[in-house]
Amino acid sequence: MDTMQFIIGKFNYWIYIVLMMIGFYAMIAKRNLVKKIVGMNIFQTAIILFFISTSSKKGGATIPIIQGGHGDAAGHVIDAAQYLNPLPHVLMLTAIVVMVSTFGVALALLIMIYREYRTFEEDEIYETLEVMRLKK
Amino acid sequence: MHYAVKEVQVKERYPDVTIETVCRLLIPPIQLFGLYVIAHGHYSPGGGFQGGCILGASFIMMFIAYDIGEVKRRMREKLNTILCATGVLIYAGIGILCLVLGANYLDYGILHQILPAYPAKARALGTFGIEIGVGITVMSVMISIFLNIGTAGEHEGEPE
Amino acid sequence: MKFFAFIVVLFTGALLIYGTVDMPDWGDPGSAPNSHVSPRYIEKTLEETATPNAVTSVLADYRGYDTLGETTVIFTAGVVCIMLLRRFR
Repeated sequence: MDTMQFIIGKFNYWIYIVLMMIGFYAMIAKRNLVKKIVGMNIFQTAIILFFISTSSKKGGATIPIIQGGHGDAAGHVIDAAQYLNPLPHVLMLTAIVVMVSTFGVALALLIMIYREYRTFEEDEIYETLEVMRLKK
Repeated sequence: MHYAVKEVQVKERYPDVTIETVCRLLIPPIQLFGLYVIAHGHYSPGGGFQGGCILGASFIMMFIAYDIGEVKRRMREKLNTILCATGVLIYAGIGILCLVLGANYLDYGILHQILPAYPAKARALGTFGIEIGVGITVMSVMISIFLNIGTAGEHEGEPE
Repeated sequence: MKFFAFIVVLFTGALLIYGTVDMPDWGDPGSAPNSHVSPRYIEKTLEETATPNAVTSVLADYRGYDTLGETTVIFTAGVVCIMLLRRFR
């Protein structure tokens, strides 16, 4: 019973760690450069989901938009326990924008590599670099 | 650094009536929805980044359905690059305005001296101002990155 | 080579799972992220900023300086793509 409680309490972290490791494996083990970039994207997405999963609260918490906020601000007391934690959502908005930026710059670098070497496989690029180094 | 032999890429367009008509019908509601998401960032999920992405996606949809000439006819590249910087200028400019009026940088409470609102509402209006700046920047950068990567830097058929 | 990468990935994954033993349970209302800074943001967002959306008020008002840095990051990415790829004739 205690093991079941432990698994139920932690399994969200484990799922996202599995996704992170899939992206990590693609980054270090694949030979094609585009597949490495896709692996980096999977890794970043898994980290973002991992953080967002820490913001949930049991007991019927709702989204962090204060209900009844359209009218005047004064009046009822706001109970912080019935709203979700807004802080991981805010930090992950920044992380998503950084993800898009690094993806754009990585693709631009890939296009420049393609213009120079006409291939995306990294062992062919290493061979070309070796030939160019031996020629000097 | 030597460049490889440049090959001329001839891109063929396959015009399709269904795709073109659906895109022409859908793009104005998408842009309206993007502006709605930016403006209602205070009361519903949304804000500057989300609305800016939706606005950028409308131009990218036009690029996918038609070709680059249609997009460049509607959003010139020079205007796009100027808009990229204008958004960040609006954001930093509001911060400097708060500095000039006497408070800390990006402390919107002091704006109640020039806007007709009490201090809490002045903070909400300052937030709305910077969300507009963020939305403009994100839209322009999305269009710019997508067009540059999608055509590998050569926007052929420039209409100027 | 791929077998070696697989071993490294398994080892890193095991290390990370070992690290989650100390972390708070999923959905715990009394965990450390939920009880130090964010109750103040949720309770004070309506009277200090007149914005019901707590995420927007934290992003653009309480932590507005970080959002300025983030906007600069995406602006820099756009400039870098133009600089690297664009060929003017």
